[in-house]
Amino acid sequence: MRFAYDTEYRQGFALLRHPEDWANYGLLAALLLAAPFFASNYILGEMAYVLILCIAAMGLMLLTGFTGQISLGHAAFVAIGAYAHAWLMRQGVPMAASIPLAALIAAAAGLVVGIPAIRVHGLYLAMVTLAFAIIVEQLIGMWRGVTGGFMGLSVPRPEMFGLSLASPTAFYYFCLAVAVVVLLGLLNLLRSGLGRAFVGVRDSEAAAAGLGINVKRVKIGAFGLSAGVTGLAGALMAHHIGYLTPDGFTLLLSLELVLMVVIGGLGSMRGAIMGAVVIGVLPVAISRLKAVLPDVVARQFGLELFVFGAILAFFVLFEPRGLNGRWLKLRALIQSFPLYRRDTFRRQKAYMKSERDK
Amino acid sequence: MNAPLLELRNVSLHFGGLKAISGLSMTVQPGEVLAVIGPNGAGKTSMLNLVTRVFNASGGEMHFKGADLRRVPRHRIAHLGLARTYQNIELFENATVLDNLMLGRQRFDQGRWWQQLLRTPALTRMEEDHRAQVEAVIEFLELSPWRNALIAGLPYGVRKVVELGRALCTQPELLFLDEPASGLNPEETRDLAFWIEDIRADLGITVVMVEHDMSLVNAVADRVICMAQGAVLAEGTVEEVQNHPGVIAAYLGG
Repeated sequence: MRFAYDTEYRQGFALLRHPEDWANYGLLAALLLAAPFFASNYILGEMAYVLILCIAAMGLMLLTGFTGQISLGHAAFVAIGAYAHAWLMRQGVPMAASIPLAALIAAAAGLVVGIPAIRVHGLYLAMVTLAFAIIVEQLIGMWRGVTGGFMGLSVPRPEMFGLSLASPTAFYYFCLAVAVVVLLGLLNLLRSGLGRAFVGVRDSEAAAAGLGINVKRVKIGAFGLSAGVTGLAGALMAHHIGYLTPDGFTLLLSLELVLMVVIGGLGSMRGAIMGAVVIGVLPVAISRLKAVLPDVVARQFGLELFVFGAILAFFVLFEPRGLNGRWLKLRALIQSFPLYRRDTFRRQKAYMKSERDK
Repeated sequence: MNAPLLELRNVSLHFGGLKAISGLSMTVQPGEVLAVIGPNGAGKTSMLNLVTRVFNASGGEMHFKGADLRRVPRHRIAHLGLARTYQNIELFENATVLDNLMLGRQRFDQGRWWQQLLRTPALTRMEEDHRAQVEAVIEFLELSPWRNALIAGLPYGVRKVVELGRALCTQPELLFLDEPASGLNPEETRDLAFWIEDIRADLGITVVMVEHDMSLVNAVADRVICMAQGAVLAEGTVEEVQNHPGVIAAYLGG
């Protein structure tokens, strides 16, 4: 059991509240920083890819997990970020300017979709974003002058302030730095007024409006911000892929992003990262597993999709709060051992809400 | 008599052919506790929804401290100093009590977006000020055992109090309570009566409450308005309204 003995309010909303937090996250940071010294180039490349996925998942988590808006079209923002970045770099814009510009372009696209999209909720919003993603995919294929069409577009080698980021180690460190900056920025935002406004809009628009929140503006803003962060991930993704074609940003990527935030646990940035790690590592793990599996199974078409689907079904059925929820339970078990009770986290209905006015 | 805090003049609200409110005129004086009673469908909650701009009035005038409410967008109502609770409890279910109350501070300065992004020292101080205000409300309503609890796990009675607390966090001049005692047990209702007294006396907030529980109305209301069929039927002290023949007819049929 842990009791709060805060003497100042700022202790209550510190990011690292307890000495163990410092130790744990310090250890994690040390591991991530030391990775290039013991990991192979292949592993480093995969880790950079997972970090990029983390950024994209954080972007979607902001929208789906905190503002309650479902998007099935976030691959479009990844694509817009990636193509914008590649195009800008080919025009001679330095990388340090091109990445933020690409994020801004994706954010602008997010605003354009967001303004009409906030009029609809839930399933309808999902359909609007899905349609948007399909349109973007087609546009990229058609707009040969800028995107290279279906032939693709090669991405210039990453270079910043005269330093080449092309080596796996350098690119890994760069992705790590961007991911950490994005994470800290979003965490700061989420524990401030704007983050609370997001949650307010998610849980009750009526009450949010009554408390002085401009619901429309917050929703559109969340759309833009989410698209911008996802576009930033896209810009990094361009370098990871090296050669952009429209089929790199299909519906499957959108679905993977949704899987990440759902499996991770809606409403937590830690969940977004956990989900991204799992979904990012899974294809590699499956391909490794194929060597061990019996031939009939290993050669089965769509094995990956099947595993994705099975995992999603498993989480929806047994752990709706996602990996983050599982993690919180595990932590409580360790902290309160042997006093932990299984019912600690059981959600009980204290009363049934009447649906009189609905 | 001083200038009224809130004045409705000949207000109407029509949904197509349905006249929810027609020709409603009433005033709220600063510093009073006004109870609005009336049978179901009388338009009590619709009146609240009109004033807080959930619905657009079909006609008439609404003024709060001289400001024309019909020109104020819904999300600016709180900035004028109007706060409300809801009949069916509109809390932010997947947030803690503390976050819910902090959301009550949204009408005040939350810092520029870049300050929030970077968590500047100035913003930290601002957050601490908001938190201090919230803590004052937590102490006032005795919510400290629930401070970090999720709303989703709270019993009904506590939710009602949290919602009242959230409205108080906006530091309103005029507080609307929509059936504050519905679903509360007698003990909780007595607590509520004391709180309403204190809200008026210590915090200087004018209270308008829509309520069916006549014991609560009796205990705290200075003045009662009885509505029926979208208009004011009777107005006066509790006894006057209770003995008004039209009111008895409206409730019992006649």
